[in-house]
Formats: sequence, C-alpha cells, structure tokens
Amino acid sequence: MNLLVLLIIIPVVALLISVFINAEKVKSVILFGAVAELILCFELLREFMLERAAGNNAPYLFEIVYPWFKTWNINFHAGVDGISVSMLLLTSLVTVAAILVSWKVDEKPREFFMMLMLLTLGAIGFFISMDLIMAFFFLELSVIPKFLLIAHWGSGRKVYSATKLALMLMAGSSLILVGTLLLFSKSNGSFDITVLQSLHLDGETQRLIFPLMFLGFGVFTALFPFHIWVPDGHSSAPTAGSMFLAGISMKLGGYGCIRFAAILLPEGTQYYSTAIILLSTIAIVYGAFATLMQKDIKYINAYSSVSHCGFVLLGIGMLNQTALTGAVLQMISHGLMTALFFGSIGMIYSRAHSRDVRELGGLLKIMPFIGSIYIIVGLCSLGLPGLSGFVSEMTIFMGAWQMPGTFHKVATILACASIVVTAVYILQAVAKVMLGPVKDSHFLTLTDATWYERSASWMLMLAIIIMGVLPMWLAQMISHDTAPMAVKLLTLNS
Amino acid sequence: MNISDWLPLRFEIALAVFILLQLVIKIFDIIRNNETWLHLNIALTFLIVLLGFTGNDTGSLFGGMFVSTSFINIEKTILAFATLLVLMQSYNWLKHHQHTPEFFILLLTALLGMFLMLSSNNILLFYLGLEMATIPVAALANFDLDKQRSPEAGMKMILSSAFSSGMLLFGISIFYGITGTLTLSSWQEMLRPGGLEVLALIFIMAGFGFKISLVPFHLWTADVYEGSPVAITAFLSVVSKGAVSFALARFLFNGVIMMQEVWIEILFLLSIVTMTVGNLFAIRQTNIKRFLAFSTVAQAGYILLGLAGDPVNAPTSVVYFILVYLFSNLAALGVVEAVLFATSKEDLDDYKGFYNSNKKLAIVLMLALFSLAGIPPTAGFFGKLFLFTSGIHSASLVWLLFASLNLVVSLYYYMRLVRMMFSENNEQPLASIQSPMLSRIALIVCSIGILFTGIFGGLYDFLHQLAK
Repeated sequence: MNLLVLLIIIPVVALLISVFINAEKVKSVILFGAVAELILCFELLREFMLERAAGNNAPYLFEIVYPWFKTWNINFHAGVDGISVSMLLLTSLVTVAAILVSWKVDEKPREFFMMLMLLTLGAIGFFISMDLIMAFFFLELSVIPKFLLIAHWGSGRKVYSATKLALMLMAGSSLILVGTLLLFSKSNGSFDITVLQSLHLDGETQRLIFPLMFLGFGVFTALFPFHIWVPDGHSSAPTAGSMFLAGISMKLGGYGCIRFAAILLPEGTQYYSTAIILLSTIAIVYGAFATLMQKDIKYINAYSSVSHCGFVLLGIGMLNQTALTGAVLQMISHGLMTALFFGSIGMIYSRAHSRDVRELGGLLKIMPFIGSIYIIVGLCSLGLPGLSGFVSEMTIFMGAWQMPGTFHKVATILACASIVVTAVYILQAVAKVMLGPVKDSHFLTLTDATWYERSASWMLMLAIIIMGVLPMWLAQMISHDTAPMAVKLLTLNS
Repeated sequence: MNISDWLPLRFEIALAVFILLQLVIKIFDIIRNNETWLHLNIALTFLIVLLGFTGNDTGSLFGGMFVSTSFINIEKTILAFATLLVLMQSYNWLKHHQHTPEFFILLLTALLGMFLMLSSNNILLFYLGLEMATIPVAALANFDLDKQRSPEAGMKMILSSAFSSGMLLFGISIFYGITGTLTLSSWQEMLRPGGLEVLALIFIMAGFGFKISLVPFHLWTADVYEGSPVAITAFLSVVSKGAVSFALARFLFNGVIMMQEVWIEILFLLSIVTMTVGNLFAIRQTNIKRFLAFSTVAQAGYILLGLAGDPVNAPTSVVYFILVYLFSNLAALGVVEAVLFATSKEDLDDYKGFYNSNKKLAIVLMLALFSLAGIPPTAGFFGKLFLFTSGIHSASLVWLLFASLNLVVSLYYYMRLVRMMFSENNEQPLASIQSPMLSRIALIVCSIGILFTGIFGGLYDFLHQLAK
C-alpha cells in the first residue's frame, strides 16, 4: 500500500478505536498510533532518499490519485517532495513528544488525546496534499480541536484566547478559500497543483490571487499584523496544545505560503516581495522587542515565535534558493525548538504553578534535567552554532545577503541585529528562572522530570542536535526542491 | 390513456390517497390510539420515500402543466425523507398530543402542495401548490395548544405568507400581462430585461424571499420558529425552505434565465444582507430555537450564492446543500425537541455542561453545529464548498469575500454553544434524557448523514448526472 495513504489511515484508525474503548486506554492507543506514524515517516524518508539517490528527479514522489468529486475535478491527490517529507518528520516527532508530555492529563482524557490525534491528522493530510481542496479540507479539520483544546484544557484567559485564535485562523482560511476558488475559475477548472503549476496565469490574475493566498496562510504563520492570536493562543493553551500550535500549526502557514502561494503564483510573489520583506522584518524586530517586555515565560516564547516565524516569511520574500531553503529549515528548526521550549515550560509550570519570571528562580539546582533542557533550547533559540537554530537562520541570512539593492540589505541587517535582542531576552529568562536564589521554599520539594517527560525531551533534543551538527543531508533534500521554484521566481527578473 | 402515463404523478397520487384515507379513518374514528396513528403515518411517509427509488419516470401531464424529471423526483424524495425524520423525532410530543390525526393530515397536505409546486410548469399550479404548502403549516404552527406564543406564531405566519403571496401574484400578473401565457417554459424565450420585467421580477423575488426568509423579509422567522412546536419549526426550516429553494432554482433557470444579469444582482444584494444580518442576530440570541432560526436565515444567504452558478451546477449544489442541511438542522432540532420535551428548557444557558449529562445527545448536537458551521469532515463543509464553487461561475469577488468572511462570524456563535456544552458547568444540569426508539433512530440517521454524505464523494456526482 502507498505509504502516504497509510499515513492518513493510521490516525483515522487510532481515532476510531479510541471512540469505543475504555477512556483510560485511549492514551496508549493514541501514543501507539503516533509512534507508528513516526516510524512510517522515517521509512518514507528512507525510501525518498533512496529514490532521489537513484536519480529520480520527478518534482513529487509517491504520487497517488483517487477521484473524489468528479464533477468539480476534485481528487484525493497525495505526493511528497523534500519539503513535505521534512515537514512530515517534524509533525510526527512533535506529535509523539506532545502526547508523552501530556501523559498525566486526567480531565476528559479520551477527548484530549483524540483532539491531539485529530490535529496530527489535519497536519499530515495538509502536508501531503497536492489538491487545493484536499489541502483546505485538512487545514480546516484542525480548527475545532485547537479551539476546544485551549478553551477547555487551557489556563488563564482561555476562552478569549481560544475564540480569538479560532476566528483569526478561520478568517485566514476563508481568504484561502476565495483564492482557491479564483484559481479554479481562472485555470479552466482544476484544483490540482501540478496542473496549476504548469499553467501560466497572466500577471494580473496572479497579482489578484496572491494576496488572498499569502495573507490567508500568513495568518497561520503569524504574519504581521495578523500575529495577534499567537501570544494569547500559545500562552493559554495546555502544554501539548502550545507544542502543537507553535511546532506544527504555524508551519502549516509557512508551508502553505511556499507551496500554494509562492510556487503557484511566482509573478504575484515577485510583485509583492517588497511588502513581504517589509512585514516580515517588522515581525522579526517587533517580536523580539515585544519579548523583552514579557514577564510570563510562556509569553516570552510565544512572542519570540512571532519573531522566529518572521524569518520564514523573510526567506520566502527574498526569492532565491538559499533563502527559500533557509525558510524551510527555519520552519523545522523552530518547530522542534519551540515544541521543546513549550514542553519544558509546561513541566516547570506543572510543578511550580507559576510562570512569572519574577516569582521563579534557581530551578536548575532543584530540577537539573528540566533546567538543562530549558537552557539548551534557549541557546538554540538565540542561534548557538551546533544547534538547529544557527543552521537555519544562517542559511536565511546568506540567502538574503545575496540579494542586491539597499532595501534587501537593510532588511537583512535589521533581521540579523534582532538576534542580539533574542540573546538578551533568552539569557535574561534563563538567568532569572534557572539561576540565582530559590525564591520560594516550596520549590525545594519539587521533583525532576518523569520518564515520559524525559523521553519526549530527549527525542526533540536529539533532533535539534542532529540538525545542528549534520544539517547537510536535510539541506540538500530541501534545496533539491527549492531550486526549481527559485529558478522560476528569478527568471521573472530577467 | 394508459395507466403507466400516470406514473410521473405517483408521489402526488399516493399522498392524496393517504390523506383521504386518514380523513376517512378519522371520521369513522377507527383508530383511537395516538401511537397507532404515529406508526401508520411513519410507515406511509416511508412508502413515499421508497417511491422515489422506483425508477425515474419523466414525463408531463395535463397538457404540460405538470412535469416530472428524475431530478424533480429526487427533490421530492428528499422532502419526503425530511418529513419522515421530523415525524420520527416528534414521536414523544405527538404521542401525547390531543389532535395528532389532524396534525398528520395537515402535514401531508403541505407536503402534497410542495410536490405540486415542484412539478408545476404552469405558474398558477405553482401558486396553488405554494399556498397549499403554506396554509396548513400556519395552522400547524398553532399546535402547541397550552402555549400563548403558539397562536401568535400561527397568526404571524399566516399574515406574512398572505402578504408575500400577494407580492408574488402581483409579479406573476405582470409577467402574464407581458407574455400572455402562464406556462413557465415559454416565458424563457419571451422575457428580456426591461423596466416592467425587472419590476415584476423584484416582486416575485420578494415573494420568494418571504418564504425562504431572506433579509429583509425575515422578520416573521424567529417569532414563528420560537412559538411553533419544534416539529413544525423543523418542518418549516428544512422542508418548507428546501421546497421553496428548489422552486426558486427552477423558476430562475427555467422561467427567467434570459434575465440572469438582473437577478444575479438581486441575489447578490439579498445574499450578503441575509448572511450578515442572520449571523449578527444569531450572536445575540439566548433562546436556542431563535438561535437556530437566525442561523437558518444566514444559511439561506449561502443558497443564493450557489444559485449564481451555471444552469446545471446551481440546482445541483442547492439540492446537495439542502440534503446536507436537512441532516444538520434536523439533528440539531431533534436534540432540542428531546430536551424540550423532557425538561421544557429551551435557553442556550440550559445547555451548559450538556456534554457531561447527556453525552450522546450532546455529540449529535455538536456534529450538527459543526456541519452548520461548515467544518470538515462533516457534510456541511462540502455543502457550503459546492455552493461556493458553483457561485464562482458568476458571483463577484466582493460577494465571495463577504460569504467566506461570514463563515467566520457564524463559526463564532456555533463554537460558543459547543464550548458551553463541552466545558462549562451548570448549577442545574439537564437531567439524563431517554428518547423513544424511533427518535433515536432519526438522530442516528442524521448523524450518519452528517458524517458520510460529504466525505464519500459519489452523491454530488450522482445529482449532477440527474440535473443534466
């Protein structure tokens, strides 16, 4: 059976089983499904690399088409390239980690774990979609789980945050819907991206549709000024929810911007690239400075996500292969890093019952494992060489610097400079939370990470280190597929 | 004349026979037990539904006044099916009502009227069908005898429908004056956009607007839906609305297709106002029946978007949407009916913590709300999607943007109710509710419909084949 179909079937089966079994056993079933999904993703990676090594240079591998609605020419059309494979790996890794971290959730456990699986299903389906309607279907699938995860299992102003998040994401997808339909009508009735890619839509059409698609997906990936759902949503969500939101959900937007906006509509991308760079630079700088002011460690990471996702959009806006590759690498790196970050914050919060940097202190001595994780992931966030953050950000800067013109240079310098601010807020947070005196005597009684928390952390941390130390295989796999689109984008220049 | 020539009329003949039969039974007082009446009627309605699957007899009768195609047959089957579900859901209420036989007779008469309306190629027959479909329902709206709001609902319904029929007739009379014929299909060639024609069209659209409660002709909707018994609310919001939407599609594409550029503009204005007002008012409601009333008002706006398609896809997408909407709305109202009968509570706040006390009913209601909001994988997603895809044919970008952003607004209030049911605590939680077997079956059918009619794609293609 086709691996991609199996990737869809496993979560569905796990969900169906979870409906009928005892609520206590649900988490085991879901974890089992997620691990199976992870193994399958590694198998997919292996087969994909073998195919590519054997010289199969087709843009999409393992393609499979089932007709769905013949009248409208809507198909279940799945296929992967290097970008999708790496996103699938990220998704399945974060899923397993998120399930492990929430092992002790006992409030409506059945519903909780089913929601997590539903989110994974949506993301996996989205990443393998080659049909716009199929992609839209999977994208929308995760609206309700996100909403309920935050509104029910969240903390703080959870209802407000959940509603804000769901409505903004829905508004984004409604723009995508209109863009998709316009593409359909301008392309003589096709939703298939291979067909749409080979079409040469005229410039005017592209300039009309591009903003709809890009803004729509931009909402998902915290495009300034549509980032306002990010801090509240991430902070109010339960730990697994934040890991999902930041680790996977925001990547749906970045992936969508590349796959369904930039590649399908190169002239539109070209036309709006100045605006993209401008908005993403604002997001990077503004996000970094906004983080400086935060007192809640979850808000610190949420705002820094705005800044880091700005790099993804910056990479797209620079229109060259290196920057595009960097954008994809940044998505993976940020996904892993921020998932682990939120994971460790969740572990701290579940023990200390506080997320305020002014109340926490000296936790490294009390819980050395969690503390080390927090510090390592912080270093990754500020771009320490040897960890994944350095690789991806460096690639983006290198790509961005290649672009001629003062505007691009200034944007690159500003983005680079924001790294300094990142270092300030990360080191501040580490110093206040992990080091220094223990501010509350009850902290002394707290315990370190449990087995499930440790295994989740190790998984993500290994991935971060592997990506930091051995980035070339990944970069090559991705750049193989960013090359043609960069060529397409650049030929428009001449 | 051969007996098989009458086959296109089989739905109507069967219904008329059933109605007369029940009248006779009632007059001679043969059946006294409400439950027997109920079973009899559920069986009879089921027979009508089955008739829809007995071959597709196309043809015309009475000199072309009455036409039938396989597409019209499907529409009739859908309406009969919805009526069947309504009857099954109202089992408890009907069992204890003192005028149950009259209820069935009136309800089936309304259904007969709709069938005649759908099949008519003559505008007077159409008008008669429409009236026959409305007046019995107005009487039925009055059927909650102990409630003061119920007669009020009946009265409002009869007045507004009389008013709208007047508008419709006025428009029709102008068209008759222009063309000199009452045959719908011959209007097709004769009517071209012109001052008088546009005026007549506006009157006719206003008449239709009242029947499917488009803004600004929606003012009766919430009061009638709230005051009527839930069974009638369900019948009005699904069967009546569905029938008139089908009829509107037929009228637009068979009668006045040459005036498309005019009616597209009318549809555009009505659609965006309907969606926006319906959604904004739904946010403010505290009574679940009024809440659903405004949500159905908003849904009608999307139906109009679907009508902006080509002559094949527009009716198809509308029929498909109504089928999906039937499952969703009947599932929602079925739960409301069960709750109302068991606890006589109908405020939105009463549904807080509903998931904790009545898990299965809450899940059905949630599915229904997701489907109404158009969230995948429910069928509502596909229903809306195809209205949009159909509408892209001639709808403007502004219209599409308005419609898709309205989805966001509607998501807000549907999700709010879902969250209330799922995660809020209630000081006086609803008691655990036991529904009768048939009502449960109806809810299961609705849930299956919500989950599977969309994701398995063949249905739309099938309808599309029929519409060609």
